[in-house]
Amino acid sequence: MAYFLQQLINGITLGAIYGLIAIGYTMVYGIVRMINFAHGEIYMVAAFISIISYMVLTSIGVLALPLQLAAVLVLVVAFTSVYGWSVERIAYRPLRGSTKLAPLISAIGMSIFLQNFVQITQGARVRPMQAVLRGGITLFEHNGFAVQISWLQIIIIVLTAVLMAVFSAIIAATPLGRAQRACEQDRDMAALLGVNVDRTISMTFVMGAALAAVAGVMVTMYYGVVDFFIGFLAGMKAFTAAVLGGIGSLPGAMLGGVLIGLIEAFWSAYFNIQYKDVAVFGILVIVLIFRPTGLLGRKELEKV
Amino acid sequence: MASEIRTDRISIPALAREAIFTAAVVLALAVPLIGIQIIDVGGGISYVTHFDRVAYGTVAVFLGRLALGSFIRLHQQRRIRTDDPAGWMTRLGTIISTHAKPIGIAGICLAILLPFSNNYYVDLGTTVLIYIMLGWGLNVVVGLAGLLDLGYVAFYGVGAYTVGLLATNFGFSFWTCVPLAGLFAATFGIVLGFPVLRLRGDYLAIVTLGFGEIIRIVLLNWASVTGGPNGIGGIPRPSFFGLPFARTAPPGQMTFAQFFHLDYSPEHRIVFQYYLILALALITNLFISRLRKLPIGRAWEALREDEVACRAVGINPTSIKLSAFAIGAMFAGIAGSFFAARQGFISPESFNFTESATILAIVVLGGMGSQMGVVLAALVMVVLPELGRSFAEYRMLLFGAAMIGIMLWRPGGLLRHRIPSIRLHRGTAELPGKIAEEAAP
Repeated sequence: MAYFLQQLINGITLGAIYGLIAIGYTMVYGIVRMINFAHGEIYMVAAFISIISYMVLTSIGVLALPLQLAAVLVLVVAFTSVYGWSVERIAYRPLRGSTKLAPLISAIGMSIFLQNFVQITQGARVRPMQAVLRGGITLFEHNGFAVQISWLQIIIIVLTAVLMAVFSAIIAATPLGRAQRACEQDRDMAALLGVNVDRTISMTFVMGAALAAVAGVMVTMYYGVVDFFIGFLAGMKAFTAAVLGGIGSLPGAMLGGVLIGLIEAFWSAYFNIQYKDVAVFGILVIVLIFRPTGLLGRKELEKV
Repeated sequence: MASEIRTDRISIPALAREAIFTAAVVLALAVPLIGIQIIDVGGGISYVTHFDRVAYGTVAVFLGRLALGSFIRLHQQRRIRTDDPAGWMTRLGTIISTHAKPIGIAGICLAILLPFSNNYYVDLGTTVLIYIMLGWGLNVVVGLAGLLDLGYVAFYGVGAYTVGLLATNFGFSFWTCVPLAGLFAATFGIVLGFPVLRLRGDYLAIVTLGFGEIIRIVLLNWASVTGGPNGIGGIPRPSFFGLPFARTAPPGQMTFAQFFHLDYSPEHRIVFQYYLILALALITNLFISRLRKLPIGRAWEALREDEVACRAVGINPTSIKLSAFAIGAMFAGIAGSFFAARQGFISPESFNFTESATILAIVVLGGMGSQMGVVLAALVMVVLPELGRSFAEYRMLLFGAAMIGIMLWRPGGLLRHRIPSIRLHRGTAELPGKIAEEAAP
């Protein structure tokens, strides 16, 4: 039971991170109907920027931990958002209105480009980051097995919940969110009614990148290692999460992320860790067979 | 939408604003990742700064944007931009599509003559032909049937491992393995396809992506059978009707060189393999272009255009989709069997997502559904990184950039010569359904 609870905590933490990345996929998909294959690389870029900004902040004498964390977060979100914006501007905007596969291929090209860009500028080696925040709370002990939740896990879960609430509010109740929902439903009509479609789509990419940036910072601190290849697998898992939850739905992305985090944690704990990704995809397939539009997805109407 | 003729003078402030904005974005992109570099120091890490590079880059971009901006404005003053400028590539596409037959025959002749150049070209040609074959196979699934398959490489892997396992464990010869590999991959396609083919569009894409990963992970971890990350080595090379390409033959047999009274040369095998894959690719092409004219081929394209209408006229979407999936998988399996025999060694790393992405890129860059386009795109995708060898570490960076560049330049693929019959307006137009998606022949 204690072991189970510990895995539950680990799984939710991991799931929160997947969920944050998945929201980027789901928002972009909702509005432009494309799989943003470069999103995982945005997250990888964020992870690198977080190591770099942490080192720079330490070397210029910002040492107070809360201040440091906040500054890293702000810096990474700011820089990564520019990456998100640029990716959309360079690789996707010129292809809007062309075939559906064209942006997909340029997204794959962008993903190859960003991976190799980081590999060239920052090296191919795994980069370690020292643990910034140690310790945690021991919830209870049972037969000598202590169930712990670390401060970092608490921060990740709380921050994710807060961001989730903030973004849901943005989409539900701000002019930007309204514009986004309008573009999602009918882009031409939204344009006719005075919504700046290009800017709305750009903002969607920026928001997605900002969330991926937070995920990048969290992962760097949680696992303590980063390399140029982490974007691919994380991106794929997050996209799986988005589809599992029903692509286009924000709570769905979070639900999918947490589910995938839990599946991974429990599979690794009780079965063969090497096959944890097989378990994730296997469950995705099973869910899609019974609910073809994901868990919380709306049923798409086929228009003739 | 033709832009209006600008008769006013070039607005300097607007130009400067654009350039400053672009430079600022580049600055923000470059500072964290180019300006600061992580380096190893003893056991830990530290960083060095390269802000000079960032500064040069930013200034270069600023000036470049300024020049580009003025060029565009001057250009616009001179002529009204037409809706669809008929570039040389479009004309080339039209020429190639209207004279497909003679160009195809000329291409085949050229391909047959290639071995009279040098070994490097023959080897490169073999690789290109493998990708052409894979491209043609995937074209059935993506280009004709309109099913987005992101895990195509799984079937290629299944074919390769079929040969690897049968040949090394049971001593099957290459020639017995080829049809088995095709059959096995096709079966795999049906088994995997059956539960998921009712999913639409992007849901199918993620599931196929997942299948590709599952197969790779299983190959990687099922070490007792597949050899895990070490792969399978010592796969027998294809023989020429039972005559091996070796220096010395096993007792009671003759080598290829002995039989034809030639001096032994390792080139024989390379050239033979080249002709073998050429033949396989041509058979693939012939098979697919025949299938396209049959009811089933028509049904694929009809299904791509409108699934509901297909159901209304009595086409069973599931079985039609399955057939496309199975036939595509079969060709991937056969290509995989050739790959295994050619390399003599296979490991899971040859069948990762990058490979799937490359094959998909070949189909899309070629102009979906266009057989000629696949050839051209395969040449581009294989030869481009090869040419880039002189750029060493920048090779893949340039490859990624080229993929984006080609897509921006030719969003419909290199050889797409038919334009959509309905077009609302440029830019944000999103045509209903699949009309915009495909207009290739």
